[in-house]
Amino acid sequence: MGDNILNNIVLFYPEITLVVTLCALVFSDLLMKGKGQFTGWLLLGGFCLTGIFLLLQNGYSESVFDDMFAVDSFGIYFKVILILSGIFIVLFTMRSRELERNMQRIGEYYMLIAGMMLGMFLMVGSTNVLLMYLAFEMTSISSYVLTGYIKGSLKSAEASMKYIIFGAVSSGIMLYGLSLLCGVTGATDIYAINASLVEGVGQPMVLSTAVLMIIVGLGFKIAVVPFHFWAPDVYEGAPLVITAFLAVASKIAAFAMLIRLFSVSFLVHVADTQSTGLLNVIEGLNWNIVLSGMSALAMIVGNLAALWQTNIKRLLAYSSIAHAGYILMGIVVLTEEARSAMMMYIFIYLFMNLGAFYIAMLFSNKLNSESIEDYKGLGFRAPFESVAMTVFMIALAGLPPTAGFIAKLYIFGAAMNAGWLWLVFIAGVTAVISLFYYIRIVRNMFLYNPEGESGQLYFDVFSKVIVLLLLIPTLFLGVYFGPLIKLARTSINIFGM
Amino acid sequence: MELQLLGIGILTWIVFIPIVGMIIVLLIPDSRQDAIRWTALAVTGMQLMLAGLILRNFDRSMLGINESGSFQFVEHFNWITVDALPWIGKVEITYFLGIDGLSVLMVILTALISFVGVISSWKIGKMVKGYFALYLLLVTGMMGVFVSLDFFLFFIFWEIILLPMYFLIGIWGGPRREYAAIKFFLYTFIGSILMMLVMIALYFSIAYTDPVTGELVHTFNLLHMMNPDNLVEGSILAGINTTWRYIAWIALFVNFAIKIPLFPFHTWLPDAHVEAPTAISVILAGVLLKLGAYGLLRISFPIFPDATVYFAYMMAVLGMISIIYGAFCAMAQTDFKKLIAYSSVSHMGIVVLGIASLTTQGMVGGVFQMFNHGIITAVLFLVVGVLYDRTHKRGLTDFGGMATVMPRYTGVAIIGMFAALGLPGLNGFVSELFSFLGAFSAFRWIAIISVTGIIITAAYILWTVQRVFLGKSPEQYKNLPDLSAREMVSFAPLIMLIIMLGIYPGPTIKLMNASVSHLVDLINIGGF
Repeated sequence: MGDNILNNIVLFYPEITLVVTLCALVFSDLLMKGKGQFTGWLLLGGFCLTGIFLLLQNGYSESVFDDMFAVDSFGIYFKVILILSGIFIVLFTMRSRELERNMQRIGEYYMLIAGMMLGMFLMVGSTNVLLMYLAFEMTSISSYVLTGYIKGSLKSAEASMKYIIFGAVSSGIMLYGLSLLCGVTGATDIYAINASLVEGVGQPMVLSTAVLMIIVGLGFKIAVVPFHFWAPDVYEGAPLVITAFLAVASKIAAFAMLIRLFSVSFLVHVADTQSTGLLNVIEGLNWNIVLSGMSALAMIVGNLAALWQTNIKRLLAYSSIAHAGYILMGIVVLTEEARSAMMMYIFIYLFMNLGAFYIAMLFSNKLNSESIEDYKGLGFRAPFESVAMTVFMIALAGLPPTAGFIAKLYIFGAAMNAGWLWLVFIAGVTAVISLFYYIRIVRNMFLYNPEGESGQLYFDVFSKVIVLLLLIPTLFLGVYFGPLIKLARTSINIFGM
Repeated sequence: MELQLLGIGILTWIVFIPIVGMIIVLLIPDSRQDAIRWTALAVTGMQLMLAGLILRNFDRSMLGINESGSFQFVEHFNWITVDALPWIGKVEITYFLGIDGLSVLMVILTALISFVGVISSWKIGKMVKGYFALYLLLVTGMMGVFVSLDFFLFFIFWEIILLPMYFLIGIWGGPRREYAAIKFFLYTFIGSILMMLVMIALYFSIAYTDPVTGELVHTFNLLHMMNPDNLVEGSILAGINTTWRYIAWIALFVNFAIKIPLFPFHTWLPDAHVEAPTAISVILAGVLLKLGAYGLLRISFPIFPDATVYFAYMMAVLGMISIIYGAFCAMAQTDFKKLIAYSSVSHMGIVVLGIASLTTQGMVGGVFQMFNHGIITAVLFLVVGVLYDRTHKRGLTDFGGMATVMPRYTGVAIIGMFAALGLPGLNGFVSELFSFLGAFSAFRWIAIISVTGIIITAAYILWTVQRVFLGKSPEQYKNLPDLSAREMVSFAPLIMLIIMLGIYPGPTIKLMNASVSHLVDLINIGGF
């Protein structure tokens, strides 16, 4: 037993690094009160080290700690994406004026980021519903606090409060669903649940309720319709950096957990699960039809509501609801092809969405405004940043030659190949609608002359380098995406499948 | 036929040389506006020379269309290749360029119109650098579409056009530029999404067997898509005359019809034309509209011959409506630019009518009409541009008696307008005649009704000539300067072509004849 744990620790290095970083952050914050930048670099170093350990795990497919936690290529892929987003978020934080004003407490802030990252790592890897729930809560609670981080800001406090209430209710519902599931199947391990379901335990009503409740909890986290109500308000109230983190990282982690849970537990795994062999283990509940409805609604509601937004954060919030809908198309299908398409989408989504948020943050630093109306004439005042924003916008809209197009192409392809034509059709129509609001930002930047102030806006080199770090992949993956396809296709292996 | 310069194929040169120019333009400091202009001119000039080189070395007897062996100046490289996995076959996207009789004329047209466009953009003073950078990007996109033989590549180039066009209309356009730009963007984007869906469906429905390894390869290669043997059994587009094939054809058709623009998808065009600056109107009418008709010929017709035959009648009817409706709308306009915009709808209707006939005659006429319309409309928009530059007005009733004020200008304008009218001896006549002859043999009544469009065209053109060039000139315009040397240079090649092709169209028709007849055979074999 002891040996077993010691052996397993080797596979747990990335998470351990995160824990150590977290502790180091606490101490450094105590010892060097007020020197915020140092803690930031410390966290950045911790994240980079975690990333290195993750890359060293490449090729493993094992289960550790008595089948609580899986280290597999699927998990590693998602963790790499998460750690990348974490690194970018720390870099963003260093540039944010909004957070600079609260510099004394920045140590706490970084600790919460590290804690949230740990929670998300566990969400991605856990193979036991108990650990899943704990990880889910760890992520959520850290994010509630981060949302309300700006002291004295009413909006931030309101957002945090709303987030807590919605979050608590939905995770309560999810917990209830999980407990029903465990009660009926007599297991907490997702493989054991699957085995028990395949054998047939009866109780279709209870099981259906349980699955629906789990969908509610996770649907809340990924903010798909009809569990999206919190998103615009929370996104608007939270500090912009945290909004970006919520829209990218916590969503990605929830997707990873959703994919793992549903592919392992709720499918019959027969030898041929290629495209038609996906069988549902619960009688009377076609959860993929439920999910397809949610996906379609998310695309429609997200894109339509975004049309009327004038605040860039709210606009991006609705846009990320719509993107969740596009990614969800993959879960509806859940073939291997769809899984790889989703993983590609998420990888690309990381760069284009973080890019959009980052430029919005840079502009809000200088303009003290998050209103799209104030973007008028920015194309002439800050040409480089505006061109970058244009690229991110057309990437989000899915136009070639940006990576956003590749993401849409493959997810549409996977859904179409599996025969979900109506869903693809809705996705196509809503993509057209989405262009309208994305291009509105571009229009304000380039088609109008500056109102009021018209001097050049200067950004330092460090800010520009971060823009380039996000911009280059967004463009490069649009014209040369072969390696990404290969990576996503070789990373789809979920342990035990 | 292969032609290389410095080890790089000529088609790559002709497509990407504007991108090189764009980078140079971006590196030149803002203040040196003339350097930027001359760079753009030099780049498009080189492109024109390359087009000339292609024309010189083009073999007229090679068929092209669906035979990879008979395409010319072919460049075929792997771009994205992903090896087969247990659950999915090999994936292949290739960098595949080549031209045949269908595209050679379009390549020349694009190079010529782009060159002329730079000359007529000389007076643009607002953000010169941005303008020419976007302009050159636009040229790359257009040229790329005409030489791509891989659907994926075709699609990328097709979409690259959108953004520069949006900015060029939106930043440098007239008072309602913002509305016009977004309308153009949304219309074409709707079409693009439809095309993307068909592209995905085709991708899954087509797989060829690799001759070396024996693997099944999914590909975007258009030539493989044209081969019905490659259809995967049980896939969505498999079979012949199935509902899904019809739906796919319609989706593609809507996309191309928006670009053409065919009634009822034409409403973006008048807005875009009226607001766009002169040079962009020239590009829009001269090249962009041809993309639609070219797409039909390159993609819809050979890949879905069965659906093409099935929908040919509908296409002809829409073409007929466009001809008549466009002409009537043109007659009602008081804005010179809007008049030409609607006349474009009418003339592109002739293209559609011609190619819908699915006869060699009609299709040769259609393709030739595409080329001629490009030249003629470019002249007409330049004609409006000249007046607008001098007076900042383009209402038809604002002018009169220009013939006495600007005689050289009037000469040029009258040639352009009479070519649009279809006067024998000028190029418009030849292609219209062929189109109507083809249509007459296929759909007699539609052709007969469509020909009345010519009479309406004659009416509005003669009326315009009368209102603008004849009569008494208004007092304030008595001293307008005649054409400058720069303007003459931009008109000269176009006017020469109008007359030359009108008198001796033979060699030009020969350029495409082999390919077009092959396409007609292909449709007639595949369609029944």
